[in-house]
Amino acid sequence: MNDQPEAAPTVVDARGTACPMPIIMLAKAAAGLSPGSDVTVLATDVAARYDVPAWARMTGHEFVGESETDGGALALTVRLRS
Amino acid sequence: MQRSRVYLDSGGAAPLSDRVADALRAGFADGWADPARLGSESRRARALLDGSRDAVADALGARPELVHFTASPHAAFNRAIAGIHAARRGRHRILVSAIERDALLNAAAFVAPHAVDTVDGDREGHVSIEHLTAALRSNDVALAAVQHANQELGTVQRLEDVARATQAAGVPLLVDATSSIGHIDPPTYWDALVAHPADWGGPAGIGVLALEPHTRWLPAWPEGDDWAPGGISVPLALASAVALQERNEHRQREGARLSALVDRIRARAAELTGVDVLGDPDERVPHIVTFSCLYVDGEVLLSELDRRGFAVGSGSACVSGTLEPSRVLAAVGALTHGNVRVALHPGVTEQDVDRFLAELPDALAAVRSRIGAPHIAS
Repeated sequence: MNDQPEAAPTVVDARGTACPMPIIMLAKAAAGLSPGSDVTVLATDVAARYDVPAWARMTGHEFVGESETDGGALALTVRLRS
Repeated sequence: MQRSRVYLDSGGAAPLSDRVADALRAGFADGWADPARLGSESRRARALLDGSRDAVADALGARPELVHFTASPHAAFNRAIAGIHAARRGRHRILVSAIERDALLNAAAFVAPHAVDTVDGDREGHVSIEHLTAALRSNDVALAAVQHANQELGTVQRLEDVARATQAAGVPLLVDATSSIGHIDPPTYWDALVAHPADWGGPAGIGVLALEPHTRWLPAWPEGDDWAPGGISVPLALASAVALQERNEHRQREGARLSALVDRIRARAAELTGVDVLGDPDERVPHIVTFSCLYVDGEVLLSELDRRGFAVGSGSACVSGTLEPSRVLAAVGALTHGNVRVALHPGVTEQDVDRFLAELPDALAAVRSRIGAPHIAS
C-alpha cells in the first residue's frame, strides 16, 4: 500500500456503513498514503458530513470539501498533511 | 469487593437527596387532595402548591403569579411558543440558536412550519450576536429562543447581549434554562423562561414556565389561562421547590467543587489521543462536560463504562437511534460519534471522578480494539 502512486485518486467506499465505520475506514486508508495526497470517502451515513471534517481537524489533516455522487452518496475529500 | 456505582449522567435526571425524598413523602401525606376544590384537605394542598410556586419564583427572580408548573419542560416549551406566537399577530417566524434542545425546536417547527430560522454560533457554542441581530431585522419575527446553558457543551450564552438585540427589535425572548437553574445564577434577561426540576435534583414529571409581566400571549389551546390542564401534582411541585432551595443553599461551594472536578476531567480527557473536549472551558455551568472520541461507537463505549461501574450520557447519533446526528455536536463542528457527556451532581466525590479518569483510557482502548480501529500513536 505504501508505494501507491500519488496521482491515483484514492477512494474509500464506506457506503452502507454507519458511524464510526466511515472514519475508521478513512483513517486506515490514510495511514497507507503519502503526505499531501487526497483521499475521498463515499458515505451514505449522514453523520459522515460532520465527522469527516471533525476527523481532519482532530488529526491535523485538511478537509477539502464535499460533493454528491450520482447515486446520492456523500463524497467527502481530505488532503493529508504534508 | 463490589465497587459502588458512580452516576455521572445527572443532566435532566439528577438523583434525589434525602431531603427531597422526605419532601415528596410529606407532599403525598399532606398534599394529596385536589388543590382546586374547597374543602380543608384541598386548601392544605393549595397552600403547599402556592408555597412551592412562591419559592421557585423567588429563586428564579420571577413574579409568583407568572410562574406556572407544567407537566414537563416539553409541555412548557409547547405552551410558551404557541401562546407567545399567537399574540404576535402578523409576525410569523421563529428564530432559534443552532444548539437548542430538540423539544424546543420541535415545538417551534410545529407552531411555525417552514418558518424556523437557525442562528449559528462559534465552536464553543456561543450564538453569533451579529447573525442574531441581522436575523432580527426582518419584521416578520414573532419570537426568538436562545438557551441559557447547553445541556451537552455546558456553554453559557451571553444573554445580556442576546437580550439587548431582541429588546432593540421588540421581539420576545424565550430562554431555555433547563440546564442552568440550580447550578448558576438564574438569567436576568428573558421574556419567558423554562426550567426543569429533575435537572436540579427534583422529581421527574414536572416542568416550570415563567413569564415576565409585559410578555403577551394568547391561549392557543382550549383551556384558556390554565397553563397546566388537568392539574399539577402537589407532591412533585413541593419536592421541586425543596430541591431548588437545597441546591441554592450550597450552590457557591458545590459549584466551585464540581467546576474543579470538571476542569480535571477536561484536562485528563484532552491528554488522550483522538479525544476532543467540547464547549467553553470557562463560560460554562460548573457540572457539565462532553468529549468526543475518534474510532468509537458511542453506545459501545457507554456500555463498556457502565460495565465498569460508571453511568455517563451521550449525544451520539448511534445511541439515540435517530438517523440525523446530534444537532448540537454538528453545529459546533464536533465529531458526532463516540461522545461521552458527564453531568455531575452533589453526590459525586473527588474519588469517584478519579476512579472514572483512571478507567477511561482503558475502556476507550478496549472499545477501539474491539471495533478494529486503526492503531493510533499515544
